[in-house]
Formats: sequence, structure tokens, C-alpha cells
Amino acid sequence: MSEFVLDFEKPLFELESRIREMKEYSENENVEIADEITRLQQKAKKLRAEIYSKLTRWQRLQLARHPQRPYTRDYIERMIDGFFEMHGDRAFGDDPAMIAGFGRLGDKKVAIVGHQKGRTTKQKLHRNFGMPHPEGYRKALRAMRLAAKFKRPIICLVDTPGAFPGIGAEERGQAEAIARNLFEMSRLPVPIIIIIIGEGASGGALGIGVGDRVLMMENTWYSVISPEGCAAILWRDSTKAEEAAEAMKLTVDDLLELGVVDSCIKEPTGGAHQKYDAAAQILKETILAELVELEKLPPEDLIEARVEKYAKMGFFNE
Amino acid sequence: MDWFKRAKEGLQPQKKKEMPELWLKCNACGEIIYKKELEKNFFVCTKCNFHFRMKSSEYIANLLDDNQFDEFNSNLTSVDFLKFKASKRYSDQIKTAIKKTGQNDAIRTGFGKIHGHEIVVCIMDFSFIGGSMGSVVGEKIARAVDEAIKRHLPLMIISASGGARMMEGAISLMQLAKTSSRLAKLSEAGLPYISLITDPTTGGVTASYAMLGDINIAEPGALIGFAGPRVIKQTIGQDLPDGFQRSDFQLHHGFLDAVVSRHDMKNKLKEVLDFTMDVQIAAEDLNGELMPETMPELAELPLPDSDNLADEAVNN
Ligand SMILES: [Zn+2]
Repeated sequence: MSEFVLDFEKPLFELESRIREMKEYSENENVEIADEITRLQQKAKKLRAEIYSKLTRWQRLQLARHPQRPYTRDYIERMIDGFFEMHGDRAFGDDPAMIAGFGRLGDKKVAIVGHQKGRTTKQKLHRNFGMPHPEGYRKALRAMRLAAKFKRPIICLVDTPGAFPGIGAEERGQAEAIARNLFEMSRLPVPIIIIIIGEGASGGALGIGVGDRVLMMENTWYSVISPEGCAAILWRDSTKAEEAAEAMKLTVDDLLELGVVDSCIKEPTGGAHQKYDAAAQILKETILAELVELEKLPPEDLIEARVEKYAKMGFFNE
Repeated sequence: MDWFKRAKEGLQPQKKKEMPELWLKCNACGEIIYKKELEKNFFVCTKCNFHFRMKSSEYIANLLDDNQFDEFNSNLTSVDFLKFKASKRYSDQIKTAIKKTGQNDAIRTGFGKIHGHEIVVCIMDFSFIGGSMGSVVGEKIARAVDEAIKRHLPLMIISASGGARMMEGAISLMQLAKTSSRLAKLSEAGLPYISLITDPTTGGVTASYAMLGDINIAEPGALIGFAGPRVIKQTIGQDLPDGFQRSDFQLHHGFLDAVVSRHDMKNKLKEVLDFTMDVQIAAEDLNGELMPETMPELAELPLPDSDNLADEAVNN
């Protein structure tokens, strides 16, 4: 159970701790208050359902950024057997903000790439807060080309506040690395499944985000820029992030409606951070089901459909 | 805000408006240049070679034979499908930009010829909401690629953009994938794509089609990058080195094939088209103008049937 409590979760956590206290009291003092406990438990259940069923966009974003939220490695550990991690882009270096490798997902051999965030301060710095440099995108592309060469499907787990904006990143071609991935991914002759598992910000997310299926977990966000970045530019005030989040329409419900994503992956109530194993199990089953469908298509049809999928995205008058 | 600005402009005395129409100040050296003079020189400062930003119509005049541009899909316009409102409403921004620029969005697409080579050309206008890429830019590029494939023609995109159009949310981000996947299709069809990058080109446009040319060419001094300099400065908390993210920086780091002055651009493009395309150029095209008449320095250049034309044209 998570110890980090978001503002909107407070009433629920307070109620739950009261129930715990009452249980302890009733056991220690041998007082019969079972009725009262049952009543409170029902109240908590109702409150939980109520809170998590009507989250605002900003609250979902907070869950997506929850410090205990499972990251790429947490899912790999639970979903993939015999994971072989690849390192390096063969040109400059290895980027710890991007994981790439392969292993078995159930009975399927798959390549898997994903942004990686850190949990402790030390890990956060090591993983650069999940913000890759160009070598991260190039390492991911190596893994994806390897998969294409051996006709294995590709799974991409997206979780980044953006590609890193720094001097070295620009010197080594952050833009080119992302552009190259979009270009190459659009024509890889194997199924590609994209899952937004946390944050999906900008080209940094899309750099491993072009595929045949784009799925979003329930408590995630995906957009062209972070709400903070959007607020800083369009409102000239980064404290307007909450407004920007509402305006940009960045939740799974929004993006289903806009046709940007194909489906929503349910999370355990309260968010994936409440139950890692359950969240990973749902994710695994979803991917396997999608793969069954995608593997029916010959490579040419797969590529054609993929290009067509993106061709349809856009709203304009003519 | 907008009506206020316009009302204020209306109150200003006539003579103050006259000056910027005839004279322009160079952003780089401060030289005051007669606008007609500047136009004749491809909007390049006669003193320091600074390249002023140009409109799409000026690229057409400078690069396409006989100033001929057979435009298509010009009727596509943007829609405020998110009902987006920040400090301004997106719907108002669209209207204002159309009025201000006389164009329907940040890109124009069409057919033209470069030294007789038929080509599909897409030209961005930075003056239209910062040259931002939304659904219209994505769709027009996608259709331009389709035209190029259908008619077996080369493609050139002249980029000038602040990046994806945030007011279209995730849909604007998807235009990166839409354009890049279409360019991959063009590449597979065996057709060349020239990316001509101008000042400024950043964000989602750099992270998609601007960096994907078979040949990437930039104008001198253009700001080209993924993240904007202000964001980088804020993130790392230190000043950026001189020339950071400018054309020469990108050339030095391996992301451009050439940095080409506007005086030489058309001939440089011809070299790429000559190498990549097998088409016979019609005789009447060879007799056409080498360069627009506004280019006195190049008047004594040989006609384009000369093999060494390009070498002679390069002066930097
Ligand atoms: Zn000057």
C-alpha cells in the first residue's frame, strides 16, 4: 500500500486509518464494535469508488506522476521471462533513461523498449528523470531493428516527461534521433504495440510511440507538451498548468474520442501503484490479446494499415 | 488584445508607418537597408550576409522557374476542435492569422520547376502562428507526398516553424508521425526528398520532416534545434555557447549536408535533382531563366546546361 497520499485521496486515507484504529481497539479492549466497523468499511468502499470514478484531468496526471507508480522495469520484471537487456547505441553511449531488450511474454518472443524513471534521488539522477538523450532513442531503434530482423513483435512502454533539453542532447541530434525513429518505426515489418504507462510528453514520448496499436493505461496522460510547458508558453505563467491540462485534453477518455489511442487498459482501483502485480498481469494479458490479432496480418498489410492509422489523424475544414 | 492593437495602430500618424515600408534594419549588423535593395539581394543583408526571414511567396520567386507555383489544397483551414483557450482563443488566432498573412495556414504546397526539374514543393510561413504544425500542415504535407509518388516527382519542404501547434493538443503531436511515415513511403518509392531548413526551425518540425531529408540543407545562421534555447537555458541553468543550434553548429555536428547562401541555393538544389532524378529536361526549360532577374551578381553565370555551373556558383 502506498504511503504517498495525493490531496484528493486524503478523505479516503483518513477514513481507512480510522477503520484500522477501531479494529485494533476492538481486538485489544475486546469491545464489540463490528457493526460500526462494517458501516465504515462500506462507507470507505463507496468513497473509493466515488473518488476514482470521476477524477479530473489534473488528478489523473497526478496519479500518472505518483512517486510509487510502477515504471518500465517494474513491468518487465513481472511480465517478461528471461529478459536480456541491450545497451548502447553503437555510436556514442548508453542511455539509462531508455531500456531496450528482449525476452518472452508468455509464449511470445518479443522485443521491449521503454523510458525508465528512477525512484530514489540517486536513481532519478541516474535515469535522468526518464528524459532520454539521442543515444536512448538510437538504442531503442537498434532493439526494434533486431526484432524486425528476426520477425519478433515490439512492445514500447512510454513514460517520459519529455526528451532531455540540454546542450549534449542538441549536439548529438535529439531531433534527428526522434525523427529517424518515427520514420523507421512506420515501416518495420512486425507488429508494434505502444502502451502509455505513465507520462507521455511530446516528441520524447512519440520517439518510441509509432505503432499498430496505441493503448493507454487508465491513469496516464499523453500530449504534445507537458501542461507546465504549455502554460509557460501560452499563458506565460507555469502556475496555470492545471488549466492547461484541462485545455489540452490529455487523458485516455479524451484521446479515445480524438482517435489518438485505440483502447484503455484498466488499472487496479486507486491506481497501478496500489497493486503492481495485478497491474502487470492486466497489461500482459492485454498485449497478448492484441498480438494474436496483429500477427494475423501479413507484413505489407500491417505497414499499410499503420501508415493509414496516422494518415487519419487530424481535423480541418476543406 | 488584437482589436486594441489595431485601434492603436490606426491612431498613429501616417509618417511613422512609412519608414518601415521602405527601409529595414538588419537584425545582425544594424545596417539600415533600402527594402528594394534587400529584395534584389534575396533579403540578404548587403553588408553582413544576414538572411532575413522570407515569406513563402519570396521563396517561390527566388527558387522556382518563372515564379511559377501551381498550388494545391490551399483551401484547407484549421479547426478549433478542442475549443482551446489560453490567453487567446485558438479560433480567434486562426482568423487573425488568415487576415494578417492572406494565407489559410502555415504551409503552402504545389508544383513548380527548379532549373527545369519538375518538383513538389511545400513552403512554410513562420508568420502564420509561428509556423506551427497542426492538422492542416500535416495533411497538406501528406497529400504533397502522395502527389510526388503519383507523378514520380521529387519533394522539397522548406521549413520555418516553432514546432507543433499546442492548441491542437495530442493531434498536433500525431502530425509528426503522420508526416514522417508518409516520407518513409516516399523514400521506398525511390524518390528524393530535400529538406531546406530556414530560420527558425525547432520542436516537432525538426523532430520530424526537417531532419529526414535525403539531403538536408540550411540557410546560413538559421536557428535549428529540438528544444528552444530558452528552455535549455532554464533546464541547465547556464548560458548557451555562441552559435549554439545555428546552421554552422548543425553542420559541424553532422546533421546538415550543406549550409547554402540564398545566392547559391537554386543551383545547389539543381545539383541534388540532377543526381537523383533521371528525367529528361525539356529543351524549352533549359532556355528559361537561370535565376530571377533580381539577382544581378549571377547574371554572368553560364546557362544551366553547363556541367560546371554549380561549382562556379558556390562562393563560400
Ligand atoms: Zn547586416
